[in-house]
Amino acid sequence: MINIPSTFRISFRALKVNKMRSALTMLGIIIGVAAVITMLAVGTGASRKISEQISSIGSNLLIILPGATTSGGVRMVVGAQPTLTISDADAIKKECNAVSDVAPVLNGVAQVVYGHQNWSTGITGTTPSMLIVRDWPLASGRSFADRDVRSATKVCLLGQTVVDGLFGDIDPIGQIIRIKKIPFIVIGVLAKKGQSPQGHDQDDNIYVPVTTAQKKLFGTPFPGMVRIIMVKAKSTEALAPAEKQMNDLLRQRHRIGQKQENDFNVRNLTQMMQVAEQSARVMTLLLGSIASISLLVGGIGIMNIMLVSVTERTREIGIRMSVGAKTWDIRLQFIIEAVTLSLIGGIAGIVLGVSGSKALGILAGWPTIVSPLAVFLSFGFSGLVGVFFGFYPAYKASLFNPIDALRHE
Amino acid sequence: MAIIEAQEITKVYSLGDIDVNALTGVSLAIEKGEFVGIMGPSGSGKSTFMNILGCLDKPTSGKYLLENIDISDLNRDKLAAIRNKKIGFVFQGFNLLPRMSALENVELPMLYDGISAKERKENALEALKKVGLEDRGYHHPNQLSGGQQQRVAIARALVNNAPIIFADEPTGNLDTKTSVEIMKILVDLNTQSNITVILVTHEDNIAAYSRRIIKFLDGSVISDEIR
Repeated sequence: MINIPSTFRISFRALKVNKMRSALTMLGIIIGVAAVITMLAVGTGASRKISEQISSIGSNLLIILPGATTSGGVRMVVGAQPTLTISDADAIKKECNAVSDVAPVLNGVAQVVYGHQNWSTGITGTTPSMLIVRDWPLASGRSFADRDVRSATKVCLLGQTVVDGLFGDIDPIGQIIRIKKIPFIVIGVLAKKGQSPQGHDQDDNIYVPVTTAQKKLFGTPFPGMVRIIMVKAKSTEALAPAEKQMNDLLRQRHRIGQKQENDFNVRNLTQMMQVAEQSARVMTLLLGSIASISLLVGGIGIMNIMLVSVTERTREIGIRMSVGAKTWDIRLQFIIEAVTLSLIGGIAGIVLGVSGSKALGILAGWPTIVSPLAVFLSFGFSGLVGVFFGFYPAYKASLFNPIDALRHE
Repeated sequence: MAIIEAQEITKVYSLGDIDVNALTGVSLAIEKGEFVGIMGPSGSGKSTFMNILGCLDKPTSGKYLLENIDISDLNRDKLAAIRNKKIGFVFQGFNLLPRMSALENVELPMLYDGISAKERKENALEALKKVGLEDRGYHHPNQLSGGQQQRVAIARALVNNAPIIFADEPTGNLDTKTSVEIMKILVDLNTQSNITVILVTHEDNIAAYSRRIIKFLDGSVISDEIR
């Protein structure tokens, strides 16, 4: 059997003789491997971002919106009619056993002033369970309590963006800010949450007790009205039962008859995001497989050059046969040459692919993640391409007749 | 005991509809340690006969025994192994690999015999020493003269301790002085190491180095004389 390391040395030297040709042949593999790595990096980055967003909205989250109502035969848009109240939220919490926490929300936008700084931001009136429903920890200070909700105290929690905009380096805890000219005490700061799936900055927000929002900031057309209710189901399996229980409960509470449509709307955000995540994964696969086609084309380039090389080196093959090279000695030599080409191309492709992904991340602002698995896979794949496309030329060479090969000019 | 024994060997090449009889029943025996010259004009079948004796080709019919092994029904790889172990070739055109140093060229047969790198180098250096080229091991063929290249080829033929050397017009590309040097090496190998040398040539002064001359014409032996 032929000696593998020295064959590698011999192939390396053979490839060095035709530097330009070898480089061009490798180019196919380089582009293929780089394309696979970059495409997978883009795909992985996209799905990672989606799953980050899923966890940022909170797990097992259901959102109840006021529904489309029909008034006088004219259908109104979803959420046009305020129909939900704090007592709906309380009833859900009390009667639906698949639900673990409920947070009613009444929100709006207001100008906020601290000292001579001002900031326009979202104000969300809610209850303390909001932090549990959204899986949102405090960075400092404390949350408001049920007591604050009952007595509509003027306290607030700030998102990080608001803190940065209003306070800079000052510790906001205990400071007084004015929301619509009404003074509020800052009692806590929320941890950074980042962008929502829709691209909103979730940290650009101030949380106040829902009752304070209703009575002092925004006012309501009828007592206790809220815009939406956020619900956390006990588990992922409990999402469907929770939806059903709330549906039944709210139909009963809103006195909706058998044939009437709901005046509310339950949305399962987690499910929607999971669908998005799924499609991102499919896209990753698709991008990867399209890129692998270019790797395959690179392999065909290697086969082409190896066939030329075998013809050019017919005499060398004859000499090797005359001194005792067996079928597999000849085959291995050319296969190893092809593999050397494809592996060097593979390494160069990895370098290009990794730096290309980084550049794409910086220039286009796409979240790209180069996974070690993708690098490993494409490297292994390029080696396989070498073996696969090197085999036919090697096979052809091994079948030469020694005498004809020796006489070949 | 004959080292080479050919019995009624024929070789027919089919060129489309026409069959060319390159050899028409050649029988001869060569003893170990002989120095045989094979002569004949081109087309006489001497090259075909050499290729068969060198295990590069198979006869159409007849029997060929090399050290009592019947070559006629061996497969490619078995023939390759026999060429590796039993036969050294010296060609007119040297047939060295241009990208390899002299030393690596000499190592080549051992590479296909599974010999370790260290041993390969030792043996190759020793073989180069036998042909007086121990200081040229790291030169490439294009840095060597024709005579030196042919000596590297002889070293390659020797290195696996093959009992037979086939020399096909070994001096065809060389000047008279160098030809004499090369022939002297072959004669020394024959007399000192008892290697059987089979020499194909059409030059009388080169054939004169051999002790037995076999002449071919039209695919058969026309004379076989010991001098």
